[in-house]
Amino acid sequence: MANINSVDISRLKNGEVNLGTSIMAVQFNGGVVIGADSRTTTGAYIANRVTDKLTHIHDRIYCCRSGSAADTQAVADVVHQHAQVYTSVYGAPPTVSTAAALFEKMCYDNKDQLSAGIIVAGWDKEAGGSVYNIPLGGGMFQQPWAIGGSGSTYVYGYCDATYREGWNEQETVEFVKNTLALAMSRDGSSGGCIRMCVITKDKVERHFIPGNELPRFWEGKEIIGSVGGNGQQIGVVA
Amino acid sequence: MVSKAVETPNAGFDFSNYARNEFFGQRLQGIPKATSTGTTIVGVIFGGGDSGEEPGVCLGADTRATGGPIVADKNCEKIHYLTPQIRCCGAGTAADTEFVTNLISSNLELHALSQGRPARVVTAMTMLKQYLFRYQGHVGAHLVLGGVDVTGPQLFTVHAHGSTDKLPYVTMGSGSLAAMAVFESSFKENMKREEAIALVSRAIRSGIFNDLGSGSNVDVAVITKNGTENLRNYEMPNERGLKSRNYKFRRGTTAWTKESIRSLIVSEEIKSTSGAGKDQGGVEVVPVPTGAGAGGEEGMEIDS
Repeated sequence: MANINSVDISRLKNGEVNLGTSIMAVQFNGGVVIGADSRTTTGAYIANRVTDKLTHIHDRIYCCRSGSAADTQAVADVVHQHAQVYTSVYGAPPTVSTAAALFEKMCYDNKDQLSAGIIVAGWDKEAGGSVYNIPLGGGMFQQPWAIGGSGSTYVYGYCDATYREGWNEQETVEFVKNTLALAMSRDGSSGGCIRMCVITKDKVERHFIPGNELPRFWEGKEIIGSVGGNGQQIGVVA
Repeated sequence: MVSKAVETPNAGFDFSNYARNEFFGQRLQGIPKATSTGTTIVGVIFGGGDSGEEPGVCLGADTRATGGPIVADKNCEKIHYLTPQIRCCGAGTAADTEFVTNLISSNLELHALSQGRPARVVTAMTMLKQYLFRYQGHVGAHLVLGGVDVTGPQLFTVHAHGSTDKLPYVTMGSGSLAAMAVFESSFKENMKREEAIALVSRAIRSGIFNDLGSGSNVDVAVITKNGTENLRNYEMPNERGLKSRNYKFRRGTTAWTKESIRSLIVSEEIKSTSGAGKDQGGVEVVPVPTGAGAGGEEGMEIDS
């Protein structure tokens, strides 16, 4: 078995279901807003166009999943179980940082077997709203905002340029919605609808934006045919 | 030097030839394939709402099993039993779908017995996904799982790597694209039972006719809280037609010069020389009693 190193295991296994994804979580005063697109793919086929990638971990802790659907579901299921046992043992809900540490341990210890990029977010008594990013290698980074998945690469600049501290809930929801719409429009593996979730001390509130009601930005304009109008429409440049 | 001690045999799957087989596969343009159910399987949720119909799940499958380009079975069963109220359609490696559904069916029965109530569909789904995830996709079972439990009608897909989806209408297998095209254009919420059966069989027919891996007949299963109805070979759109001519020669077509008839039956005479077949001296032969005792009621004939 000296030659096993030549087999590339870092990629997705053949035929594996992939969450080619745009996911996001943003902290605000009093809570967090998390969001995701709804596309799940197997190769070029969309296996699910209304996926829920915002996964319940505990009463006030959710995670956004990206990477392999099977891996991230399995990890989330295990952490969900740990969180339930934790509540029974300690008589109080785990903090977001505890849940994130559980995710980090799972992702780091099994880094060779997993392709999972997870953002953990939620509200707890100690820290209020908080966001933890756990990218592919199993590191853990607390951030005021985090983006992830294949679509995130297109919108780092937008987030850097737009994000401000001290936003309220409504402003944060708009930021998440716009960022995801931009990521989904540029990334072919992301798309469908936007699912969002506002987590505060008092509520877990879901938002759903259908695919035909997404925020729209400049999408190009017709160069030939829009002027003149003599019926000589040759082509359209979008 | 003393050579290394004998290695203990590995339990379970052995992956030690994986790299070698991949290498051969590249050399030979493809590794030989196991029998797979190139398949169309589907499921929809129907009823409920203000339709006045009992909510339920309708599952469907084609009946073709293939081994490479060969049709291995023209009328196989792909709707597997899990519990009285839960069924599971299987695509992928035929042996894996058969064994994984049998195993989970057994475990669900034990689970129901220990909990004193029928197992839920999510329980079946969780058992399947945890088993399949453990084998990292090497157990090639792609499933459509449907049933009715205390929480109402439930429908899931389970992929070989262990991921699951929950949707009101689902398709899987090589014919899933053809079938999904039918669902995406015609699915409605709160359909009548008959509408659901018609839609499912139309989706399967779409797989049968447009996908090379699928074929033969349409199997349907309808599950409501009142029970499961198996509609095996609900449609048979590929029945073999009658030959319009036959090519037998008429009797007397060939002339002959001589006729001889002999018996081809080999007759044997058996003579017992020892053991039970031989007459045992001093043992009285008692005839089997008739017309009395359990199973010996009037009217039952026993060889005399």
